[in-house]
Amino acid sequence: MSNDQQDRKTAPQSTGRRKVLQAGAAGALALGFPAIVRAQSDKIKIGHLTPLTGFLGALGGWAVQGIRMAEEEINAAGGIMGRQIELISEDSVNPTTAATKAQRMYEQERVALLLGEINSASAKTIMQVAARNKRFFLSTGARSDVLRGANCNRFTFHMDIPVTVMVNAEGQGLLRDNLVKGRKVFYLTSDYLFGHDLAKAAKHFMAEHGATTVGDELCATDVTDFSPYLLKIRQAKPTLVATNLGGNQVTNFVKQYAEFGLPYAVAGFNLNTADAWAAGPGNLSGIWPTVWHQDIDTPGTKAFVAAFRKKYGKTPENHAWIEYVSLKVLAQAMNEIKSTDNGKLIAHLEKQPQFDLLKTRKGYFRSWDHQMQQEAYTFTVKPAGTYKEAWDFLQFSAAIPRPDQPLELLAPTRAQSECKM
Amino acid sequence: MEQLLFLLEQVVNGLVLGGYYLLIALGLSLIFSVGGVVNLAHGAFYALGAYASLEIAKYLGFGPAVALSPVAVGLLGILFERFFLRRFYTADPILGLLVTFGLAMIAEQAIRMIWGAAPLPASMPQALKGSVFLGDFIFSRYRLLLLAIVAVVLAGVWLLLNKTSFGRVVRAGIQRPDMVAALGIRLQPYMTTIVVLGVAMAALGGALFAPIALVYPAMGAEIITVAFVVVVIGGLGSFWGVVLSALLVGVVRGVTINFVPAAGEASIYVLMFLVLLFRPRGLLGERIEKFE
Repeated sequence: MSNDQQDRKTAPQSTGRRKVLQAGAAGALALGFPAIVRAQSDKIKIGHLTPLTGFLGALGGWAVQGIRMAEEEINAAGGIMGRQIELISEDSVNPTTAATKAQRMYEQERVALLLGEINSASAKTIMQVAARNKRFFLSTGARSDVLRGANCNRFTFHMDIPVTVMVNAEGQGLLRDNLVKGRKVFYLTSDYLFGHDLAKAAKHFMAEHGATTVGDELCATDVTDFSPYLLKIRQAKPTLVATNLGGNQVTNFVKQYAEFGLPYAVAGFNLNTADAWAAGPGNLSGIWPTVWHQDIDTPGTKAFVAAFRKKYGKTPENHAWIEYVSLKVLAQAMNEIKSTDNGKLIAHLEKQPQFDLLKTRKGYFRSWDHQMQQEAYTFTVKPAGTYKEAWDFLQFSAAIPRPDQPLELLAPTRAQSECKM
Repeated sequence: MEQLLFLLEQVVNGLVLGGYYLLIALGLSLIFSVGGVVNLAHGAFYALGAYASLEIAKYLGFGPAVALSPVAVGLLGILFERFFLRRFYTADPILGLLVTFGLAMIAEQAIRMIWGAAPLPASMPQALKGSVFLGDFIFSRYRLLLLAIVAVVLAGVWLLLNKTSFGRVVRAGIQRPDMVAALGIRLQPYMTTIVVLGVAMAALGGALFAPIALVYPAMGAEIITVAFVVVVIGGLGSFWGVVLSALLVGVVRGVTINFVPAAGEASIYVLMFLVLLFRPRGLLGERIEKFE
């Protein structure tokens, strides 16, 4: 810094009087108020990676808005151990770039820890970087089972509900509406890691509860026209259409399903609120699972939704929520242990401290697979004419599991899990 | 017997889908014919057509939105032709590719800045939803309407090019621009009109597909790939080649999905590969000299 000013001061004539004065003033400030300068570098840096382009880019946009709000609130409340935090948030682009950026953030940016991701494949590569560097990573939005199963590692914690929990939550909704036993099911699955994961868990659940399979087809992730698949579905004459589609494919599917007006009940094991909103009222039908929604009746969710609407002028989606609570949870944990040391943080979280997730029950990271245990929900569509705003057409269920059931009810048991740390 | 019926149903559905591709691919082919530029920004006009129709629908409803959106985007096409495309008619084809590719990226980011990255909801009027049954065949009512619109547009474009004095000048200009100039006819306004026509067709496609596809910034990049495949299979610049190819692509995709659903998207690229292998200028293509 001082070198820079030195250069400016000794610059040739053309620099001009004003610039020299400015540089001089800046130099004087730097000399006169060293405390402020030191405070600047004394911030706790937090690294954040999430996809902002590609098929998950829209969801990543929500995530960034959520985490920026958490950053502001944490700093306004005094930061972590009295130090302000500085969030460095970047587009993770793809699994390879995500790993490169993660390494750079740990090594060069010297972040205290890293969090983020929606894409399961990118989360997997960042997890490897975290393990190699022996540094902390909180995977916020990736849902693939294998991340907290066969691929689990000591340095990574998982915030979002995994595929198995989504299927089990959705399954509870289907059982409630009598859509499982004796049903003839047609499965339509996205042909990639997440889709296959979802299909495996879904078929297991449905078979276990007395449903039969009449169709089971894969479609590429870039399918935008589903009409030939809709014909296949009609040929099979199912009594339930179950989708295991990823990202915004679900939106395309439900729009075209409504276009053809097929009479069979629809259910799906994955649909983000943003994609449901994009389908629009009148197009969406069926039962879907979710990890959080804006109508949860707790003071925490109410305050969060109100603050988000005030700041961004729209209702938050579940990715905005998860990034928001994730940073809050980490801030709370670091304040509790009064340290940013990654080893201490991991040891602390493994003691299963409770965290407020703005839901009815508090959540905790399970010690042996680092998976956040929390309530989930299902949603259906409100009848036409019972809502005013376009984002308000989803009808959310009560929390699953019920208050009298254990929180880990929907999660795989230790015997079922392949996680070995 | 039943299996055969299912297959036939997929073939017919594929033809309907072919109409869907045709609207985009024909404009792309037309612009290439007159200017020799492969317009990679064509998908951007498709996306703009969809977004414009949503904006107009807020005030005037679905029908007027579908009619006015191509007009609005077509006006943009005038600027596009005047300030960008025109400079590249006689230039190295690679330059035209680069500039339109750049414009496509700028348009996509502009859409992201204006309307946001999240997909926008778009619905058709309730009356257009549902299916029509012809015998045992099921058709989406909306797609049949779409097919009818495509047929009208197609007939209109064909008549314009083949039965009017305007079309005669355009066709002459495509083959011998120097002779047309020698006869004292300025080709420029004709070129502009054709580009505007192609752009408006893309926008019409966007407005019509908005209720059944996803309206989001990358929708243009998504459609341009398929449209380009259709044009290449049909033969760059060939009117009937594009028509034939669009229908063929729709049918091949439908039939593949009937037997191997997971290979549906791959099938159209395999088709392109085979066609290029045995007939590099496309099914009915005549002029590949532009690229030689």
